[in-house]
Amino acid sequence: MADPIHQFQIVDLLPAVKIGGHEIAFTNSAAFMVVAVGSIAALMLGATSKRAIVPGRMQSIAELSYEFVANTIKSTAGNEGMKFFPFVFSLFMFILAVNLIGLIPYAFTVTTHIIITAALALSVFLTVLVYGFWKHGLHFFNLFVPKGIPIYILPLIVLIEVMSFLSRPISHSVRLFANMLAGHITLKVFASFVTMLTAFGAFGWAGAVLPLGLTVALTALEALVAVLQAYVFAILTCIYLNDAIHPGH
Amino acid sequence: MATNTARTEAPGGHKVPFPPFNAQTFGSQLVWLAITFVILYVTMAKLALPRVGAIIENRQKSIDGDLAEAQRLKSEADAAIAAYEKALADARNRAQVIANEMRAKQAAEAEASRKKLEQALNAKLVEAEKSIAATKQAAMANVSGIAAEAASAIVERLLGSAPGDKAVTEAVADALKR
Repeated sequence: MADPIHQFQIVDLLPAVKIGGHEIAFTNSAAFMVVAVGSIAALMLGATSKRAIVPGRMQSIAELSYEFVANTIKSTAGNEGMKFFPFVFSLFMFILAVNLIGLIPYAFTVTTHIIITAALALSVFLTVLVYGFWKHGLHFFNLFVPKGIPIYILPLIVLIEVMSFLSRPISHSVRLFANMLAGHITLKVFASFVTMLTAFGAFGWAGAVLPLGLTVALTALEALVAVLQAYVFAILTCIYLNDAIHPGH
Repeated sequence: MATNTARTEAPGGHKVPFPPFNAQTFGSQLVWLAITFVILYVTMAKLALPRVGAIIENRQKSIDGDLAEAQRLKSEADAAIAAYEKALADARNRAQVIANEMRAKQAAEAEASRKKLEQALNAKLVEAEKSIAATKQAAMANVSGIAAEAASAIVERLLGSAPGDKAVTEAVADALKR
């Protein structure tokens, strides 16, 4: 059976360089990040270069993604949230592109590595913290004190609120990482059943139909998950940013 | 795979860690994530998003402009229709007035000429009646003359002698009076 973990291996494509005690290399992961950013830039800049009043297909996609993310921000964080529009848009498009490119056979999925999702989630978390304290000062702590709570359970509520706030970057990053990792492992396992069964002659070929069908179905499901997880990451980012903008609940 | 050393294959044949949790790869991933994401962010924030935003705004503006233009043209058309209908109504009224005037004038003319004709006819009638009366008088005068002659002739035949003119005339006038 083909190793389902093999697909997550990081491989140096160029020799590593030692910077401050760390080996920094251009890896397959880096290559796919570059491809993803290149694709997004091609879509958002290349397809809009004509600035057509009546858009073509690609320009439509670019405009749809723009309006989709803009509407998501406006509906969750209000018009003030539009300050973070480039940030949320970059996050959404980056995760979406990386997830979708990862679905191509033999491609590497950048978001199956927790360090990437953790870094993205932490960047959101830090943005919320920095903006919250810069905008509201100590009033930012109001976030942890919901209004209209009886005084005797307030300490408990505050504790829970603080805990949930601190655990946000963990759930934010693990959700994306685990979904992508599990999906790709499942796909690989079912796909390897097909190759394994075909080794047993005609019977095996007949039996391989079921896992093959499942692999096709799972690929469709994974395409949905790839888009959905990018959306979930973006909308959670918006909700967290909303806390930084309006900490008073 | 001479140069492509898998980073998970740790030298020395240790147990291979699960690739996503292999801390050896974190540095490279973080550095490249930072590079690519910052490039993406700057490209989106400085170039792509303002451009797409401008495209959408332009489209909205041109749609709004077209709608306003359409509204303007529509109100112009409405005004034109109203003016046309007003002109039509005016023309109809004027036609009515002219027709009425014409009718009244013609009626007056007809009345006048009828009166003139009537007067002329009345005058002719009076003249005719006069001439009839004169003729009748003359005829009556002739009748008494003829009657007198006839009476004198009848008397002459019956009596053999002509009566006096005066007696005959008186007798005739007497008889005519009865």
